[in-house]
Amino acid sequence: MSGNKPNTTKSIFTHAGVYLSLFLFLLPFLWMLLASFKTQVQILDTSKLFEITANFSNYISVFNKYSFLSFIWNSFIVGVGATVFGLILGLPAAYSIARYKQEGLGLLILVARIVPGISFLIPWFIIFSKLHLIDTYTSLILSHMLVTMPFIIWVMIPFFEGLPHELEESARVDGCSIPSAFVRVMLPISGPGIVTSSILAFIFSWNNFMFSLILAGDNTKTLPIAVFNFISYSEINWGGLMAASVIITAPVLILALFAQKYIIAGLTGGSVKG
Amino acid sequence: MTNWIDRNIKWVFTMPAVIFVALMMVAPVGYTFWLSFHEWSMSNITPPLWVAFQNYLNLFQDELFINSLKLMFYFTIVAVTVETVLGVGLAILMNQNIVGKGLVKTLFLLPMVATPVAVGLIWVLIYEPNIGIANVFLEKIGLPGQEWLTSQNLVMPSLIFIDVWEWTPMIALIVLAGLVSLPKDPYEAAMIDGANTWQSFTKITLPLLKPTLYSAVLLRMIDALKTFDIIYATTQGGPGTSSQTINIYGYVLGFQYFKIGQASALLMVFFIIVLSISIFTILLRKRAGVNL
Repeated sequence: MSGNKPNTTKSIFTHAGVYLSLFLFLLPFLWMLLASFKTQVQILDTSKLFEITANFSNYISVFNKYSFLSFIWNSFIVGVGATVFGLILGLPAAYSIARYKQEGLGLLILVARIVPGISFLIPWFIIFSKLHLIDTYTSLILSHMLVTMPFIIWVMIPFFEGLPHELEESARVDGCSIPSAFVRVMLPISGPGIVTSSILAFIFSWNNFMFSLILAGDNTKTLPIAVFNFISYSEINWGGLMAASVIITAPVLILALFAQKYIIAGLTGGSVKG
Repeated sequence: MTNWIDRNIKWVFTMPAVIFVALMMVAPVGYTFWLSFHEWSMSNITPPLWVAFQNYLNLFQDELFINSLKLMFYFTIVAVTVETVLGVGLAILMNQNIVGKGLVKTLFLLPMVATPVAVGLIWVLIYEPNIGIANVFLEKIGLPGQEWLTSQNLVMPSLIFIDVWEWTPMIALIVLAGLVSLPKDPYEAAMIDGANTWQSFTKITLPLLKPTLYSAVLLRMIDALKTFDIIYATTQGGPGTSSQTINIYGYVLGFQYFKIGQASALLMVFFIIVLSISIFTILLRKRAGVNL
């Protein structure tokens, strides 16, 4: 190819286009990171927009003054809880829907993904208040499960469809019941699918704002609510806000790197391979 | 016992999930439906009062509701259109031999997985009239700074811009996956017939890409109609009600004014709109010969 003029020029333009777009899409993250290391005075001075500083005071105050450690813990507990219970309910359902072609149920799960979350927010609030479950992990996990479980089922149906069911049959010939064949034979070979759907389900729970806005309280406040509360102060502490944003997005970005191969497949329910 | 389980395995395996969805989703939507015929302020002393269709009648005379419907459609149509056009363009660029393509694809995932509330707040700083990079940039190139999120005219375009930033990469990556799997033969045939790049794009690429584009647009549309986090975190529907989409208005009615009946009626209408648009598009897609 070398020496082929038009192709070289085209290639340079393509590379410039791709990397310039990438830079523009990453700019807000870069901006967040830079601002998180600046003092309020430095942020207010627009002549030093891209100055790089290494001042950790925002991070220290986010942990000390705003007790972010407890919010991280709350988000973590709710995310893990919603993912684990989502798997327990979702995996057998996905397997059965895939294996026995229960298309009607598959459709119900799709509808659960389509329905706007806000249409059951008022009843949830009323019912959970009556049961004294507002501001508890229980109500938060239950609500987040409505995000994680349909998602896990949605991702796992095409995955299970791709597995050879001779495996299950040979385990049954050896005397296993279907549930034990499922747990001992089918689940172990589904590792990659389970790991990916769990990572994404956890990210969805971690990112969830609307449900926590209603159901979380002082004891169970999750990170998105804590970060959001930053702008209710009269003068916004921009550095602190950006440090808090870094803290909330960093784990998600790292998890996403692990699941990167499957994110697009996951978001499109396996209909598109990423 | 084991035999019974094995014989009824498809119900044993699915029932827990189905019961969960019934309890957490179907029953609450039913409750919302029931509430939509009542007037109630969530008070323990005064029980819900039956008002028949009054809440729905009020709704269609409520200018804020009509306004919120318009804003929802405006947001969805503009955002999804721009994302699709830019996404296809970006996918075509990325479908060349790019050095470090794997890394580029990974980094493009970041906007869509980052926590939406944090994303919203980063953009609040970017749009900040005095210290935000948006105005600093405008002033550098000699244009006047703008009140992005606090001006009635600019707030919706500014919010749409955030959505475009967040979701264009998703469309691009889905379309790229579609492009990679396209057959090579039609292009070779077209080249022999003397077709130019534009012709082979419109006559071959686009038709072959239709199923992929359908999936991407459908998914994006369903979520765009329901956008909440970004708007609530940045403007909470303001200034005034200039960015109060139906989702935000429902939240405000229910949880700030405690007009439970009125909010429930609005949420039922919203529920029906989102569901019927989605089902309609899925059916269209089925007719176009694409499976879910």
